[in-house]
Amino acid sequence: MKNEYDVIVVGAGPAGSTAARHAALGGASVLMLEKDRDIGTPVRCAEGVGEDGLEKFVDIRPEWISARITKVSLTAPSGKTVNANVGKAVGFILDRKRFDFDLATLAAEAGALVKTRHNVTGLIVEDDYVRGVKVVTPEGPKEIRAKVVIGADGVESRVGRWAGLVTVTKMKDMESAVQATVSNIDIDSECIQFYLSSFWAPGGYLWIFPKGKGIANIGLGVAGDYKGDKKAIDFLNDFLKSHFPDGSIQTLIAGGVPVAKTLKRFTANGLMLVGDAARMVDPVTGGGIVSGMHAGKLAGIQAAKAVETGDFSESFFQAYVKAWDKAGGKNHERLYNIKESIYKFTDDDLNYIADKVLDVKPEKRSIAKIFSIALWRKPALLLDVAKLFANY
Amino acid sequence: MIHVEQDKCDLCGTCVGVCPVDCITMSEKMLTVDNELCIDCDHCVKICPVYALESRDEE
Repeated sequence: MKNEYDVIVVGAGPAGSTAARHAALGGASVLMLEKDRDIGTPVRCAEGVGEDGLEKFVDIRPEWISARITKVSLTAPSGKTVNANVGKAVGFILDRKRFDFDLATLAAEAGALVKTRHNVTGLIVEDDYVRGVKVVTPEGPKEIRAKVVIGADGVESRVGRWAGLVTVTKMKDMESAVQATVSNIDIDSECIQFYLSSFWAPGGYLWIFPKGKGIANIGLGVAGDYKGDKKAIDFLNDFLKSHFPDGSIQTLIAGGVPVAKTLKRFTANGLMLVGDAARMVDPVTGGGIVSGMHAGKLAGIQAAKAVETGDFSESFFQAYVKAWDKAGGKNHERLYNIKESIYKFTDDDLNYIADKVLDVKPEKRSIAKIFSIALWRKPALLLDVAKLFANY
Repeated sequence: MIHVEQDKCDLCGTCVGVCPVDCITMSEKMLTVDNELCIDCDHCVKICPVYALESRDEE
């Protein structure tokens, strides 16, 4: 490891590894730092991803795929379940351990140097420019200089804060989540299931994402402004007891899902933020893999351009901000508004929608049809949805 | 002041994301709260999915 690189990427998740790969492909010398011992663990993710979204950013390898999803079911508070007809494959449940590991390998193959057990604890800031990082390594603390720092340090991001950006997430825009990977359960391994109910997951939803035959990621998120006494872990324990009493819990993880607007400002002189660190997670679904990789690619390319031109100013990084806006940033704001509307649905609203959908013939129960019924119940959603589709 | 139950903490960092004064530090192995900076808003206590943070009176 040298004392200076063109680009330092903090965090080796999908966003960081994609940024590191593209910065290296653009000719920059790149160092990617990961605080944990291993790339890819611990997994803090339900691991669901859309096929067409993912393939834009990486050639999908079969060993990354735990399950192929062809069906979606939604369970209302009443317990009534609606199976949605989604046509061809919806997407995959990934094996994030292998996926993240291989994405870091791709970055390394492009020329980036990857280091684990390197915990970034601060930034070097000079003349209002970020000029590198302070990092705790197994050999002790070090300072490493860089022309561009890319913060891909996740929901717990502090890189942006250290550069003066406002990254703190409001309580109502953070989901408090837990997930168990449970085996020895009877599930349809091609169907992702959602439970929408204030009983199981107030201000969020509960998911069952199959990882293969008889095994699934079962988790839930509770809105940060939930006022009751129970915590996410209590809701999950209750659900597992009632639905899968014989299931074996093989992994149990906690995590936070930012269901917020993207940060107003996610660049500074010498710095770009990507992925969860910039709050780029889809506020409706909580999905952040593809958006993180997209931002990583855009930021990586822009970092390499900055190195080429010698301009590391925030104004030069506006090209990244604009590209992100064009790629999905504007829609992100609309999705946020839809999330706000959906979270206002009462259990009665959800039961009503489920009953109406069950009146529709199964072969006609598309996601669009379900949505249109939801719109009749809550017409306020209509404007945001119309804007969303108008932009596609 | 905030007390961290290290045995319960999963090091998920959700608390760091909602702390308004950036007083929580996380390493690969440990979560620490700087109680000098802490403003007792209890956001971290509320958001924690697994009861790893507790609000206690000054000792």
